[in-house]
Amino acid sequence: MSLRIVVCVKYVPDATGDRHFAEDLTVDRDDVDGLLSELDEYAVEQALQIKEAADDAEITVLTVGPEDANDALRKALSMGADKGVHVEDDDLHGTDALGTSLVLAKAIEKTGYDLVVCGMASTDGGMGVLPALLAERLNVPQVTQLSEVAVADGKVTGRRDGDTATEQLEAALPAVVSVTDQSGEARYPSFKGIMAAKKKPVESLELDDLDVEADEVGLEGAWTAVDEATERPARTAGTIVKDEGEGGKQLAEFLAGQKFI
Amino acid sequence: MAEVLVYVDHVDGAVRKPTLELLTLARRVGEPVAVHLGANAEDAAKVLGEHGAVKVLTADAPEFAEYLVAPKVDALQSAYDAVSPAAVLLPSSTEGKEIAARLAVRIGSGIITDAVDLEAGDEGPVATQSVFAASFTTKSRVTKGTPVITVKPNSAAPEAAPAAGTVEQLAVTVAESSKGTKIVLRTPRESTGRPELTEAAIVVSGGRGVNGAENFPVIEALADSLGAAVGASRAAVDAGWYPHTSQVGQTGKSVSPQLYIAAGISGAIQHRAGMQTSKTIVAINKDAEAPIFDLVDYGVVGDLFDVVPALTEAVKARKG
Ligand SMILES: Cc1cc2nc3c(=O)[nH]c(=O)nc-3n(C[C@H](O)[C@H](O)C(O)COP(=O)(O)OP(=O)(O)OC[C@H]3O[C@@H](n4cnc5c(N)ncnc54)[C@H](O)[C@@H]3O)c2cc1C
Ligand SMILES: Cc1cc2nc3c(=O)[nH]c(=O)nc-3n(C[C@H](O)[C@H](O)[C@H](O)COP(=O)(O)OP(=O)(O)OC[C@H]3O[C@@H](n4cnc5c(N)ncnc54)[C@H](O)[C@@H]3O)c2cc1C
Repeated sequence: MSLRIVVCVKYVPDATGDRHFAEDLTVDRDDVDGLLSELDEYAVEQALQIKEAADDAEITVLTVGPEDANDALRKALSMGADKGVHVEDDDLHGTDALGTSLVLAKAIEKTGYDLVVCGMASTDGGMGVLPALLAERLNVPQVTQLSEVAVADGKVTGRRDGDTATEQLEAALPAVVSVTDQSGEARYPSFKGIMAAKKKPVESLELDDLDVEADEVGLEGAWTAVDEATERPARTAGTIVKDEGEGGKQLAEFLAGQKFI
Repeated sequence: MAEVLVYVDHVDGAVRKPTLELLTLARRVGEPVAVHLGANAEDAAKVLGEHGAVKVLTADAPEFAEYLVAPKVDALQSAYDAVSPAAVLLPSSTEGKEIAARLAVRIGSGIITDAVDLEAGDEGPVATQSVFAASFTTKSRVTKGTPVITVKPNSAAPEAAPAAGTVEQLAVTVAESSKGTKIVLRTPRESTGRPELTEAAIVVSGGRGVNGAENFPVIEALADSLGAAVGASRAAVDAGWYPHTSQVGQTGKSVSPQLYIAAGISGAIQHRAGMQTSKTIVAINKDAEAPIFDLVDYGVVGDLFDVVPALTEAVKARKG
């Protein structure tokens, strides 16, 4: 039987751009280029490797986001995923982590799955909680923050480099996995891949299709509220000296002046 | 006064510093009740009481070590049911955030992660977050359910505040469904003898400019002269010069020390994301145009192999 893999991919503002907040204190997505979160490329890569090692597998990439989020799906499809699902609805604007996890869980259940693969964190919100939220909502094992992952005989195994220890983990499918940027470089889409991606199906879903109530998502329905967002004042220019033999000593004097030594 | 649950991060009953910081912040919004899972609760309770915990709820079960995260969520939920707290605070570690997330779903509450400050507000605790690689500061609240908030290390100075710290057993039943992810092997990290990276008051990091594992002792010697932790950029880690657990940045550790010294690090946005909230920033780089110099309080343009050893000598000389 075919192994059904769903990879969750997020469309995020480019971290090297000038990211900021809109007037309603949600992320401003209009003034800065968006892309597939770089950390989700690792998730797509691991899904592709799991598929390559399996007899028969199919990869669906799933995103919850505005119209442009389609770009993130296309990138993942051009890397080699088979089809896409895009949950897009005006009522989603401003959704927080609890709401996003609800929508993702419903979409994953509708799509059908044996394995869900996520990135370790998005590059914008960067909470790193979505995989755990999904596991709780789907009531399946969480096998998260993996630097190595493999699927065989209906089981997923992996290596988690935790804060105080390295752990070897094992769980039966279905399960939710998240992978770190130590899991292996993501492949570049080939020209053939990019051309093929244009023909791959992307299903579009709205909240109604998922039986999610509008008051559970969006700014109004959020479980959290942002009251203030202020740009950090630019650092006042520091002292910069050129080392002409005395740089180390000068630095020591600075540190002593600041009471560090 | 309302009670606030504080999840205790400890190693065999030795309470880690971020938990003491949490207790300090918890006292701003209520009466801290600590939740200690695992052995040696009595040892922990002493320290927790000294820092303001009125009660220490404790449970020990083999499942905490045998399965990933979920059994601890069961335990924290029991504590939640027993106390009906005004908020639940956890340290912003990988595990702390995952426990927080799952608890939030179960109790129907919102979650805020990586808070760097916490204060009482008219409508419950207000959390400060530092976002977009620390280029913005936000203030947020949980609006539904009981606020579940994780706090970054070094967000507050631990304060002594003697309280009872009475130990009470917590009845915990680990659900069958929480035994989904087996930990088949666990290899504890070897201690370097240096302070823990996220908790250290001073961090000295080396990057691609260090140019080889054999040169990292130059960085370590400076760190040791200052009693500092050693960090590394991803370029240094990917090259195999230093362990991944020392990586500072977006996908490594996020540090917020009093002093951060970057040697041979250019200052890419992903590196800055993990160190930009450091109080004082110092860089040594031979390229005067390196973006790291935009952040520094003090920068030396020069070869790190000249500057760092000279600094180490000067530090040693001053310390006598
Ligand atoms: C700066 C900032 C701070 C925020 N702080 C909070 C907060 O404190 N509390 C809160 O409730 N919300 C917060 N949010 C909103 C929250 O980030 C989003 O609702 C959200 O999509 C979930 O969190 P994350 O992106 O941080 O996910 P993470 O948990 O960091 O993401 C992990 C993985 O989940 C998957 N994933 C995440 N989002 C999507 C998506 N939309 N579609 C498909 N896959 C996805 C990806 O595989 C990703 O790699 C914040 C957002 C921003 C931009
Ligand atoms: C999704 C993603 C996540 C990432 N996460 C992280 C992360 O967590 N942490 C992180 O650090 N990076 C991360 N990166 C990588 C980041 O983009 C940079 O590539 C990395 O930080 C560069 O490391 P570096 O500064 O050591 O190397 P370089 O950028 O190569 O800089 C080396 C510097 O050393 C200087 N130098 C060389 N020789 C000497 C000498 N003898 N004396 C003095 N100076 C010298 C050079 O002038 C140069 O400025 C991430 C990237 C991506 C895409």
